[in-house]
Amino acid sequence: MERTAIKKHTGFWYVVKSLLSGLSLTWKHFKNARNRRTPEYVTDENYFKQADGQVTLKYPYEAIPVPDNGRYRLHNEIDDCIVCDLCAKICPVNCITIESVKATEDIGMTSDGTKKRLYAPVFDIDMAKCCYCGLCTTVCPTDCLTMTPVYDFPEVDIKNMVYHFTDLTPEQAEEKKQLFAKQQEEMAAAKAAVLAARKKA
Amino acid sequence: MLAFLLTLGALLGVVIVLAYAERKVAAFMQDRVGPTEAGPQGSLQAVADVLKLLQKEDIVPAAADKSLFKLAPILIFAAVFAGFAVVPFAPNLIPAGIGIGVFYLLAIVSLDVVGLLMAGWGSNNKYAMLGAMRSVAQIVSYEIPAGLAILSVVMITQSLDFQEISYQQGALMNQFPGLEYEMNWLFGIEALGINTTTIGGITTWNIFRAPILLVSFVIYFIASLAESNRAPFDIPEAESELVAGFHVEYSGFRFAVLFLAEYSMMVLVCLVAVVLFLGSWNTPLPNIGPVALAYWTSGTVGEVSGILWGIFWLVSKTFILLFLQLQLRWTYPRLRVDQLMHLCWKVLTPVALAVVLIAGIWRLLMV
Ligand code: SF4
Ligand code: SF4
Repeated sequence: MERTAIKKHTGFWYVVKSLLSGLSLTWKHFKNARNRRTPEYVTDENYFKQADGQVTLKYPYEAIPVPDNGRYRLHNEIDDCIVCDLCAKICPVNCITIESVKATEDIGMTSDGTKKRLYAPVFDIDMAKCCYCGLCTTVCPTDCLTMTPVYDFPEVDIKNMVYHFTDLTPEQAEEKKQLFAKQQEEMAAAKAAVLAARKKA
Repeated sequence: MLAFLLTLGALLGVVIVLAYAERKVAAFMQDRVGPTEAGPQGSLQAVADVLKLLQKEDIVPAAADKSLFKLAPILIFAAVFAGFAVVPFAPNLIPAGIGIGVFYLLAIVSLDVVGLLMAGWGSNNKYAMLGAMRSVAQIVSYEIPAGLAILSVVMITQSLDFQEISYQQGALMNQFPGLEYEMNWLFGIEALGINTTTIGGITTWNIFRAPILLVSFVIYFIASLAESNRAPFDIPEAESELVAGFHVEYSGFRFAVLFLAEYSMMVLVCLVAVVLFLGSWNTPLPNIGPVALAYWTSGTVGEVSGILWGIFWLVSKTFILLFLQLQLRWTYPRLRVDQLMHLCWKVLTPVALAVVLIAGIWRLLMV
């Protein structure tokens, strides 16, 4: 392929002109620095009309609003949780820890009418490990695990990044375990009694 | 001794203002906000930085040439600071009024180069060495156009004394001993018949007395950017290639001194530009008939009013030039080494030589 020379602008005045235009550009920005962008949501009329001025957001003092359906920190409405363990299973980083205890009596329904059969003495989500993929919220059968628009939750101690969602105190959890163990024992005893009766007969 | 302390104090104040201004100006030109946290509008940020640097450990690399390494910052700062001794701040106010001030300044500021080389060599670090070599090559080269530009001023003013050069550029000229019967003519040409001796103001600034000095002002300003290692001539300190050049190994107090020396150098070259070309401490306002603006804004020589007006005009002109330096830094990209040398040897030096010749001819027209 034949190459043709690229015509470059040269010459003293051309250079002076381009140097001055550079200076005028920075001067324009310097002058416009009197204005500052206002922190507004993207739907705001003003959002695309602020071409000039400083763009820095003084973050802790001001923040751009996030969408109402923003998907950041997880929240579990424990009253609606049936402790099915699906969320813990799908989590790619294994940051959900669930322990379950079978209930001995009727413990009611979730708000969408599913029957609850298990207590959750432990329901921990480690927000420091979570990658906010949202998989756990899609598998949750009762929609009790959701993501909230809260994105600013730093902690000084990383242990505080583990969120405990259980509504049972350790004592209550212990009590439920005892109850369940007792029921199991009683059932085992009843079974044994029935077996023994059958053998006799 | 008093002059020493006062100058040092004033210099520290100006450098702190300048360091803060640099950050704010840079931020504004890039649509950012700059420091905001320390003090109102972040104005104490520079002070906080200095305090931080003073608390830091003074690290001397094990493989460094320790005595050179330790001595270099002091030498660099001393060289720059000594330059301030001959700068007139106001009529009758000059730390050391010696008759060959211009010559002394050129000589003492060149000492800076030795300090830079000591710092680079003593660090025993390849980046520092490269930075120092570039720096020395650049400063030594650019001293030639700068020196020639200054020479043209000296030829026009026929003096090596900064104070005499200052007096010549204003309505107070005849109050300087030895200049009682001198006259200023518009553009320095008597044949035009417009006597500006008592008009003063901007009409008697050197760039107006001999308009050719406007060219040497531009040459001097470009060369002075190179001498103070400012962008676009900051290849000795190119952060992106040399991780800051000759001072890469310095920390704590020694780094603070190097930083101070660098900003002092900026202030010094701007002061010298103002003194030589832009009317020194003289007011820019001329006397227009009965409206004696020049006298009103000059005060009385030898009294407090004269000193205050002098310092005010000198400092405000200097800050305009300093702002220009900052703006240039945040506008232009860094030059390559060959472009740098091309500009110096093939453009500025020949033009400066031509200007010296024309200045000589101009001087013949002036007498
Ligand atoms: S959002 Fe993803 S990473 Fe976080 S808990 Fe749910 S499944 Fe695990
Ligand atoms: S998937 Fe939903 S219901 Fe099941 S354990 Fe997790 S949060 Fe509870």
